[in-house]
Amino acid sequence: MLIPCPHCGARLSEEFVCHGDATRQRPAYDASDEAWTDYVYLRDNPAGAHREHWYHAAGCHAWLVVTRDTRTHQIIGVEVAR
Amino acid sequence: MSGQPFRLVSGGLVDRRQSLRFRFDGQDYEGFAGDTLASALLANGVRLVGRSFKYHRPRGILTAGPEEPNALVELRSGARREPNTKATTVELYDGLEAASQNRWPSLAVDLLSLNGLLSPLFVAGFYYKTFMWPAKAWEALYEPLIRRAAGLGRASGEADPDAYEKSHAFCDVLVIGGGRSGLAAALAAAREGKRVIVADEDTRLGGRALTRPGDADALAAMLVELAANPRVTLMPRTSVFGVYDGGVYGALEKVSDHLPEPAPFTPRQRLWKVIAHESVLAAGALERPIPFADNDRPGVMLAGAVATYLHRFGVVPGRRAVVYTSTDEGWQLAADLYAAGVTIEAIVDPRGAVAEAVQAGVVASGARRLIGARVVRALGGRALRGARVVDAHGQTVTLRCDLLAVSGGWTPNLALTHHHGGKPRWDEVLQSFLPGAPPPGMRVVGRAAGEGLAPLVDLPAPPAKGKSFIDFQHDVTAADIRLAEREGYRSVEHVKRYTTLGMATDQGRTANLNGLMVLAEARGAAIPDVGLTMARPPYAPVAIGALAGPHRGRDFRPTRLPAAHGWAVRQGAVFVEAGQWLRAQYFPRAGETDWLTTVSREVTTVRSSVGLCDVSTLGKIDVQGADAAAFLERVYINGWASLAVGRARYGVMLREDGFVMDDGTTARLAADHFILTTTTANAARVFQHLEYCHQVLWPTLDVQLASVTDQWAQFAVAGPRSRETLARLVDAPFDLANEAFPYMGAAELTIGGGLPARLFRISFSGELAYELAVPARYGEAVAAAIMAAGADFGICPYGTEALGVMRIEKGHAAGAELSGQTTATDLGLGRMLSKTKDFIGRRMAERPALTDPARPRLVGLRPLDPAARLRAGAHLVALADPADAAHDAGYVTSVAFSPSLGQWIGLGLLAGGPDRLGERVRAVDPVRGGPELLLEVCAPCFVDPEGVRLRV
Ligand SMILES: [Zn+2]
Repeated sequence: MLIPCPHCGARLSEEFVCHGDATRQRPAYDASDEAWTDYVYLRDNPAGAHREHWYHAAGCHAWLVVTRDTRTHQIIGVEVAR
Repeated sequence: MSGQPFRLVSGGLVDRRQSLRFRFDGQDYEGFAGDTLASALLANGVRLVGRSFKYHRPRGILTAGPEEPNALVELRSGARREPNTKATTVELYDGLEAASQNRWPSLAVDLLSLNGLLSPLFVAGFYYKTFMWPAKAWEALYEPLIRRAAGLGRASGEADPDAYEKSHAFCDVLVIGGGRSGLAAALAAAREGKRVIVADEDTRLGGRALTRPGDADALAAMLVELAANPRVTLMPRTSVFGVYDGGVYGALEKVSDHLPEPAPFTPRQRLWKVIAHESVLAAGALERPIPFADNDRPGVMLAGAVATYLHRFGVVPGRRAVVYTSTDEGWQLAADLYAAGVTIEAIVDPRGAVAEAVQAGVVASGARRLIGARVVRALGGRALRGARVVDAHGQTVTLRCDLLAVSGGWTPNLALTHHHGGKPRWDEVLQSFLPGAPPPGMRVVGRAAGEGLAPLVDLPAPPAKGKSFIDFQHDVTAADIRLAEREGYRSVEHVKRYTTLGMATDQGRTANLNGLMVLAEARGAAIPDVGLTMARPPYAPVAIGALAGPHRGRDFRPTRLPAAHGWAVRQGAVFVEAGQWLRAQYFPRAGETDWLTTVSREVTTVRSSVGLCDVSTLGKIDVQGADAAAFLERVYINGWASLAVGRARYGVMLREDGFVMDDGTTARLAADHFILTTTTANAARVFQHLEYCHQVLWPTLDVQLASVTDQWAQFAVAGPRSRETLARLVDAPFDLANEAFPYMGAAELTIGGGLPARLFRISFSGELAYELAVPARYGEAVAAAIMAAGADFGICPYGTEALGVMRIEKGHAAGAELSGQTTATDLGLGRMLSKTKDFIGRRMAERPALTDPARPRLVGLRPLDPAARLRAGAHLVALADPADAAHDAGYVTSVAFSPSLGQWIGLGLLAGGPDRLGERVRAVDPVRGGPELLLEVCAPCFVDPEGVRLRV
């Protein structure tokens, strides 16, 4: 699988670390128990387009948001997380 | 030796001037350059080459290519022995050695062929049925029996002496298959200026054209133009075995398999990862056998294979042939064989009619033409003697032959089009499956796309009696498939798994369609309704050695050496692997006979004078920016805003789930500049985590992170004489006095007359101690300079063992305690948890279960018997409780022999530990059977608990 890093170009997926679901927002300290449990533990596994965090560990060290079709592994979009 | 009696005097692509000697089952033979092992064996009249998987039936050569199910041999000898090698793909070389497999004591007399008499036991699903009961007989009796009786070749059992490489290649167009269609596609792309790679598993490019005498000239012109184009790479001996995501293709190049052994500095095989914008699949077509009873007798061959042996290798695989064909091509083969001097006994064609023009070609041969007839049984045992045929009128005819060439027509080779899950589509005209939804970027051309293929005709069903083999390699018969259907296995994927049809190393290339035909007939369904099994990577067998490539033994992963490694070698260090790092474990001296003596001496030297330890492997992260302190506040459990410039502080990080991730000391070198340290093991993980926090969680903070682990060599100088030692190195006016540079001080300074350095007054050992960091390239020199400066005081180098002993004596948590299951409170660090800020892990660390005082928490453990040796991993049980899992109260995490106390001590995690100081518990070790010990629970710090020595 190739991931087009905005800094480095298309690179093989072995250079990256996948960190999963990028749609979660870190709750405030005083948010509910449910919000924290959801953030730390619960993950959806959608069939289709999914936004994920990938870290270019063997490259530029950028955290990326990769939109990937989980059914086909097609990379639909890549942007830097920051 | 009679000099290749089945070789024609001329014709083919072999070089008759270049004779090659080879040996098969101990017999010497000769072949020619350009032969495969199979063609050379056939040229010598060798037709019995193996025994079958389950029934040990005699088997010959069925095909002329990688689809071969029968002719599997052990190639080479000794450590290079390679089992299950297809004789049809082995290029002949001088001195080649091969042996048949799965027979005992010899190929001709195989006593295990008695399995054939037991064949009722070996029907479909026999593993599940026969060996179900009693269960305990499985390991003792059935499995060894099956393993001995049913099987393939033997692995050498020795380390592979050859090298394997991995490479990447990039192109616009990857052409898979170097036949005419593939070469034409390559030429078209190359003429447009594209970068092209042509991969073909055969020794030479050309595909089927190599077996058709008339095609040679057209082929040669294409190859000349392609070879002259610098943007084209031709890769023969390379099989594309998998199509992966994003235009990545796996390919295996057999660099040296055609040589007795690889040339120096040359790999045996090379694993390619080809990254291609698009691909062209030109994998050709596969010939379908026609099943009949005993269709596995040596001498029964696919017609296309016979044509290959005749035209490419100049070999006739028999003297008297019957051609059994449902295609016009088979009639052409009969004519060609006759022209080569073979007697044609008969042509048997199951079709109702054959055009006169097609029949005309064989009139001269005088062969019987049995149209509308079918072969029902092959005759003979270890060699084919004839065939029994039922003609159009239902009369049985017995034919005499030593070669039975069979063709049920050709179907596209679709395997690679399935690799992304795409299903094939049924073509009514061709009566065949065609590529349906190939992987993105793949185009299918030539016969693989059905171009130029004749429509398939319905074949006669295999007879109800006798063994009509469908999958030769796995000994699956038509009866097995019918039985599976009767037992309720209706889905083609279920039948495949139940009968093992198509699951052998040939991926059922000659078996799948006929298996489908038998299943469809049994179900009374049409073939397209039954469906085709899904082919998955790898298309061709790939040796584990090729996948491992150079990453084996010491090269399994990179070895990282600290900058002062050479110095440690000269000091006589014994080294230990710590992750990728090689670290000095201890430094034995003459007369020291065991490691414990050495380590205890190193500890005692540090505690009484001074020692030097290379701590360069600790992770170092440079943190800069106006918000650097604010950033650290959010990633550490304790406070940083208040840390003064020139001071260091111990910090603990949690994961977001509230458990401890890592710890280390971080120093403030300027208002906006920190240098953070991590444990050796977690350096990469912590850096990735901090980048996540910065880039994803808080991108607006003005902070920059850089890993500088490799840029700085760092040495612990520890012991009461460490200040005096360092005083001889630091440049004036830097003042080492306790008041000027107190405990937890941090400074940038110069040493040795101008070398920039950083000095931290921090201590892992519990003694007065410093860590001195210098640019990595000065590491060796500075280590030597520290040794020289401390020589008067008896300085000694110490390694990771002494480091570990001293940290256990001081009760510092390390790897075994930072297990990912401990909280800061568990480790006695609860007081550090800030109540005034948010930080990673705070909220989840406050969950009731993580703050329960009854959790296993860090304690010191001291055996009551001072001579007893405590062992890490032993479990802790209260005195009154039985030693069972229900009463497990914790375990011993780390142990050391403490020279300071003169006995073994330990750290452990004990339920409610800090509330049980002074209590006695038992250490039990049932798994290893160690003796039960009585321990006293104590505070984890065994030496100088007030920390007086740190501050002197
Ligand atoms: Zn990158």
